[in-house]
Amino acid sequence: MQYLLMIYSNEKETLALGPAVLGQMSQEYAEFTKSIVQAGHFKAGDRLRPTATASTVRVRNGKTLVTDGPFAETREQLGGYYLVEAKNLDEALAIAARIPGARHGSIEVRPIWALGET
Amino acid sequence: MGAARLEDTVEALFTEEAARVLATLIRLLGDFDLAEEARQEAFAAALEQWPRQGLPTNPRAWLVRVGRNKGIDRIRRDTVFRTKILDRETHVVGGEEPADQDLIDDDWMSDDRLRLIFTCCHPALNLEAQIALTLHTVCGLGTQAVARAFLVGDDTMAQRLVRAKRKIRDAGIPYETPEPAQLAPRIEGVLAVVYAVFTEGYAATEGDQLTDAKLCGEAIRLARVLDALLPERAAIMGLLALMLLHDARRPARVSGAGDVVLLEEQDRTLWNQEQIGEGLTLVERSLRKPERVSHYAVEAAIAALHAQAPHKEATDWPQIVGLYEVLLRLHPTPVVALNHAVAVSMVDGPARALDLVDSLAARGEAADYHLLHATRASLLARLGRRGEAREAYRAALAVARVDPERRLLTARLEELREAPERGDSAKLAGMCP
Repeated sequence: MQYLLMIYSNEKETLALGPAVLGQMSQEYAEFTKSIVQAGHFKAGDRLRPTATASTVRVRNGKTLVTDGPFAETREQLGGYYLVEAKNLDEALAIAARIPGARHGSIEVRPIWALGET
Repeated sequence: MGAARLEDTVEALFTEEAARVLATLIRLLGDFDLAEEARQEAFAAALEQWPRQGLPTNPRAWLVRVGRNKGIDRIRRDTVFRTKILDRETHVVGGEEPADQDLIDDDWMSDDRLRLIFTCCHPALNLEAQIALTLHTVCGLGTQAVARAFLVGDDTMAQRLVRAKRKIRDAGIPYETPEPAQLAPRIEGVLAVVYAVFTEGYAATEGDQLTDAKLCGEAIRLARVLDALLPERAAIMGLLALMLLHDARRPARVSGAGDVVLLEEQDRTLWNQEQIGEGLTLVERSLRKPERVSHYAVEAAIAALHAQAPHKEATDWPQIVGLYEVLLRLHPTPVVALNHAVAVSMVDGPARALDLVDSLAARGEAADYHLLHATRASLLARLGRRGEAREAYRAALAVARVDPERRLLTARLEELREAPERGDSAKLAGMCP
């Protein structure tokens, strides 16, 4: 099965960690990514620029509305994701627990719902 | 007459084998709903064929084999379902017809029961869903019975079960016993479900007492199954002991009029001595294990000290205080802190205990917990501060929801009004569970 692991954290708190800690975290992410690529779990993954760069689009009555910022104000923001192949939820959860961001933010784990699947 | 007797045999056999057959069919068919339907069809086929052909030599194997075939027929009929199942469980359809021995091998069947328990108690399901699913599939209670136990409507419970089973399938919750590294925390999760089932049955509710006793019985039975399948685990033995010791007091806990009888006022001759004996042995074994001490075992040890006191004056309160201090380190909850204070009052008197309760109240952790106010009230009464005691009883009444407990609090409040001159006896020890 494929799972999307969505990495949420508080942007302000994360930025406040300072360059030394963030540099260390980048290093950990690089090692983690390498390990899941080698184990055959990795399908895709990226980090996202902060929500300050986000735009939201809605189409209502045929009109496109574009607004600044994310869809909803929440305490934690989506900061990146991995798409992984795992044999079941337990394996996906174990991978999620190894994501460096899991130690201060949280990882939402969702199964992919392929087209045609009931 | 002969037919009637066979029907009884079949009925008894179904009850005994239902959960095992289901557990194995889920493994073989890879889906909860499909397995339940297949089991139902297998039982229907048995009711039809056994009276004519006689009981098969191995009824369980017969039921599993027929159920598996019925399930496979269904998969073949239902093409949409088939794609889904084939995609994930390629071994289900096709492959060789397994020998009976493989289907019902005792080790495999035991493993299936464990798989079912761990799947139903998976932490990715919310606790309510875990409890409902465990009672329904592991204990074999019907949807209506589970609904009654939790005082919700049948439809609500049916929905809850459907949602839980759908999540197991769609999120890919595995039908597996956890890896060794995960086993201990997952056992803790299972035990939390078992204890929640027990507590639901044990709490003095307005629900009918038969349902409550059944829930306690199911929880104890589940713990026995776990203890048999995962032997010599301190936490499992500790919880089983705790439940046996509490449940042993059941006959003395409610008066003929349906009122709560507190521990210190209970008729101790009504306690179930056989269960107490078994509980005591288990606590000792659990505490002797080299693993980290289980908080269930410490709670059981406290229950054991109560159970061993022939009358309330013989209660070993200093040792109980010591055990609560251990428990406060292992499992610091407001309820434990409150019970610790009660025990302290029996050793050092009400003034020190009141300090502890007041500091607990100041932390605001248990403001809506009626026993916090009831305990304060009782301590204040013992200190002769009757006005404040009445106020505290009223605060307890404002948050107590269950009728027998409300009646008890009202009675205590009345006593404070009626006999202003009399010194209050401590109606306190019984407030602990």
